[in-house]
Amino acid sequence: MYPKEYRFTKDHEWVKVEGDTATIGITDFAQKQLGDVVYVELPAVGKTLDVHQTIGVVESVKAVSDVYSPLSGEVIAINEDLNNSPETLNHDPHGKGWIIRLRLKNKSDLDQLMTVGDYEKFLEGPAS
Amino acid sequence: MSREPLIFEISAATKKGFALPQLDVPEKKDALAGLPVRAAMPGFPQVSEVEVVRHFTRLSQANFCIDTSFYPLGSCTMKYNPKINERIAALPDFQGSHPYAPQDLIQGNLEVLKTLEDCLTEITGMDAITLQPSAGAHGELVGMMLIRACLEDRGDPRQIVLIPDSAHGTNPSSAHTCGYRVREVKSNSNGTIDLDALSREMTGEAAALMVTNPNTLGVFEWDILKICEIVHAKGGLVYMDGANMNALVGKFRPGDMGIDVIHLNLHKTFSTPHGGGGPGSGPVGVKKHLEPFLPVPIVERGAAGYRLDFSRPKSIGRVRSFYGNFLVMLKALAYIHSLGAAGLKEVAEIAVLNSNYIRKSLEGVYHLKYASPTLHECVFSDKLQKERGILNIDIAKRLIDYGIHPPTMSFPLIVPGALMIEPTETESRRDLDQFIEAMKAIAREAVETPEVLKSAPHVAPVRRLDETAAARNPVLRWEGPKE
Amino acid sequence: MSYISLSDQDKKEMLDRIGVSSLDDLFCCIPDEIRLKRELRLPPPLTEPELVRHFETIGGKNKEHIHLSFLGAGAYRHHIPSIVDYLSSRGEFISPYTPYQPEVSQGTLQVIFEYQTLVCQLTGLEISNASLYEGASAAAEAVLMAERIKGRSRIQVAGSVHPQYREVIRTYVKNLAIQVEEVGYDDKGQVDIESLKRQIDNGTSAVVCQSPNFLGVVENLDRLSEVAHQNQALFVAVVAEAASLGLLQPPGAAGADIVAGEGQSLGLPLSFGGPYLGFMACRKEFLRQFPGRIAGETKDVEGKRGFVLTLSTREQHIRREKATSNICTNQAWCALRATIFLETLGQEGMRELAYQNFQKANYALGSLSAIKGVKRKFGGPVFNEFVLEFEGGYKKVADHLLSNGVLGGLDLGPFYPALKDCALFCVTEVHSKADIDRLAGLVEEVVR
Repeated sequence: MYPKEYRFTKDHEWVKVEGDTATIGITDFAQKQLGDVVYVELPAVGKTLDVHQTIGVVESVKAVSDVYSPLSGEVIAINEDLNNSPETLNHDPHGKGWIIRLRLKNKSDLDQLMTVGDYEKFLEGPAS
Repeated sequence: MSREPLIFEISAATKKGFALPQLDVPEKKDALAGLPVRAAMPGFPQVSEVEVVRHFTRLSQANFCIDTSFYPLGSCTMKYNPKINERIAALPDFQGSHPYAPQDLIQGNLEVLKTLEDCLTEITGMDAITLQPSAGAHGELVGMMLIRACLEDRGDPRQIVLIPDSAHGTNPSSAHTCGYRVREVKSNSNGTIDLDALSREMTGEAAALMVTNPNTLGVFEWDILKICEIVHAKGGLVYMDGANMNALVGKFRPGDMGIDVIHLNLHKTFSTPHGGGGPGSGPVGVKKHLEPFLPVPIVERGAAGYRLDFSRPKSIGRVRSFYGNFLVMLKALAYIHSLGAAGLKEVAEIAVLNSNYIRKSLEGVYHLKYASPTLHECVFSDKLQKERGILNIDIAKRLIDYGIHPPTMSFPLIVPGALMIEPTETESRRDLDQFIEAMKAIAREAVETPEVLKSAPHVAPVRRLDETAAARNPVLRWEGPKE
Repeated sequence: MSYISLSDQDKKEMLDRIGVSSLDDLFCCIPDEIRLKRELRLPPPLTEPELVRHFETIGGKNKEHIHLSFLGAGAYRHHIPSIVDYLSSRGEFISPYTPYQPEVSQGTLQVIFEYQTLVCQLTGLEISNASLYEGASAAAEAVLMAERIKGRSRIQVAGSVHPQYREVIRTYVKNLAIQVEEVGYDDKGQVDIESLKRQIDNGTSAVVCQSPNFLGVVENLDRLSEVAHQNQALFVAVVAEAASLGLLQPPGAAGADIVAGEGQSLGLPLSFGGPYLGFMACRKEFLRQFPGRIAGETKDVEGKRGFVLTLSTREQHIRREKATSNICTNQAWCALRATIFLETLGQEGMRELAYQNFQKANYALGSLSAIKGVKRKFGGPVFNEFVLEFEGGYKKVADHLLSNGVLGGLDLGPFYPALKDCALFCVTEVHSKADIDRLAGLVEEVVR
């Protein structure tokens, strides 16, 4: 279900790292909790983010969720397809439904994140 | 049933629904020169009077309303709206009155305002009332502004307002609009404010606690004296959201028990019609120490009659134009005069009786998260039905097929899948029993024919509507004929 | 009178089912020591005939209706077609709640959708909400919205915006990091453009102007909008007299980003100041920052057109403290009346209404300012209100008018010290030529 090479947060964001670039999205669990996504608010390219700073907002009809950056860095790309097809976030949350790409500032931020095994355990636990 | 077209779709040039007398002053055509005049308004309708009448009559028939249906929408207090109050509000002496008319010519209006203030101070036990706020949320905002002004006057405005996790969404929003940050206070297993949590959160930073009593579960905060003590001990003030005051009139006066500020909803407790979403009226009551800060103007009763007082140096200022939703106040005053003290107390008693009758009858059929005794409303949930994939929305939509308006589902957030039921005092035994039977039948259907619930409603003017599509591709006005 | 529908037998059986012995037992959750132990001290109950007499007596203490009135200033006397009262008093319109359940609220929702369309057509903007409380708080909401969009802390408000609207804006922003600066008016009664240019800079989120303004003068919205936009500020146009939109350039066409106003003129009686109707429209790109409820079109599962409340994630019940406004209950029924009013008048009716207001006011202005000792105060174009200056002050004129059963214009002294001898007169389609001539005759008597 959850890609092995990704890292995860307790707020249900995922991170995929390639070199010094990180792609960030929300997990399948998060999109299911929200229901049909109707709108995604994206940051501006070039914005610098700190860990846990708000990236943007994902909205369904009756719910709204802030998306927090798991890492620090500079936004180098945003998924503009989400403007016209927010449903992509429901259909392919771990792939085409990515939200932003970040140029990593501090690779050690990754140490704070969960592995897929940890995340699956986290989802099963009472805390979820 | 075919859907009523939009008025724009039946419009045609040269049709007329209205005529003015001929212009009887000498027309100066050149006067328009130099005036920025508009071009035509493309699409603006042109229809006949009878078309307008049929259009709105047919549209009205697509609405559920109190005059036709049981409407147990929790927290909204959908009681019967007495018709006599409409007649009184339509009296030309009131309706034709200009807000800038000299005060000597509007003594009747001012008497209405002052009398209503007197009645509401007596009902709430507060020391003074402003009638200006336009609705409940506006009252909350005014209440927050009063608290801030009072604390600023003491030299310590503070930054945070405490709000229980069971609160209505307007509470945090109103506090925020007044420049406060919001900190949530957890409820305990009874569904009431957790005193330990409150003591922890109530620091020197906290300006106030906003408490709804009875709260959104219909549970009376029976520790209210303690709650006020904790807040006052740290120099904060207690704001009571009086949206549920209909359960307490004649039984409990917030002003006697440490509440500093309260708002009322005349369109809930005092029977004025909701109008499909307003106009309401949200008077705010305060204790003495907050009186200097009330919005302007204030009505004063003097030897020479009633006067509007605009010069109040500590006032938070003006919160809306003129003096509030006057005709709504007039209806509420007529209601108070109709019922009198005993009648108003009976309102609270029968509202609580009806609610508990429903609660008792549906216990076990639907899940009740909190066992605490409740007053005018009770909050069930879809927990039992959810095991079969049936959610509160399915239950709600199926109720429509039984001719009953669904309960409230959007809050309290502490009850997932909430079904908040408030019958009010005006409902008959027959209506209550029909509702109970319908809810039981739906619970059976959830087991036997769940697909019937999933696809409900079946007999409404429209079937279930696609709210996702509406939000993804917003169409917010008519933009011309479709291809 | 009581509106309870239970018999004594019902009550007894219901208490039995609940398992308590008295109504009082149902309140056991309120600790005894804090329960009210006495009856409330309220006037005795009245039956319907008594109630009618009681309120007719109080209403009779209002002595205003016997006067011919030229008061306006944010509350306007217009003719209201009979069908507005007739249709709006239907129980299906007046007694439902906010349309949270669209399948049983299509009537209310379609009305809101039509209302939004009409507001867009009138203002020349792309989106409208379902209503706000009234004009002054609508103006305040527009200011808060502009600050959210621009993230700048200062706003420039014309001193010719209705004084109450300016007061309400100040009340709303007092506890937030927003500073209000006022811009004066020139001798035409329009915003002093040079002052505005001096005061505005890149810290300004919005320029707020009213047209026709509180001095009755129609503003040059094109020019104001240009100055605002040159500084990357939003242009907020306030409309206190909605009837003017039947004739005057729509603010959207002049570049207004947000229009906020008072819709009382569209089918709502004067009612001593309320309930009225706040309306608001803006450009599409600001949708996410727009306050209040919005209805939108969609389809049901069978493909039939229907309407729902939409984009609710902006609102307090979902976004709580991050909502675009705390508003919940608005003025839906007043918006219904405005919708009936506008659809009954239609495009031609709205233009005719506005045109008659304009012609009659200009006739009155001509007659009155021709009187010696009476001066037209401002040279700018007027719609249905104008300011006159009276040699020797306005008070004796007002008194003379009143003693002859005429309510003259509003004394501007309390609002603008510089206009202490001036008054704001309003003339609408309800005034006949004879009414206006009578006013002029009486003014002439006292000034002479």
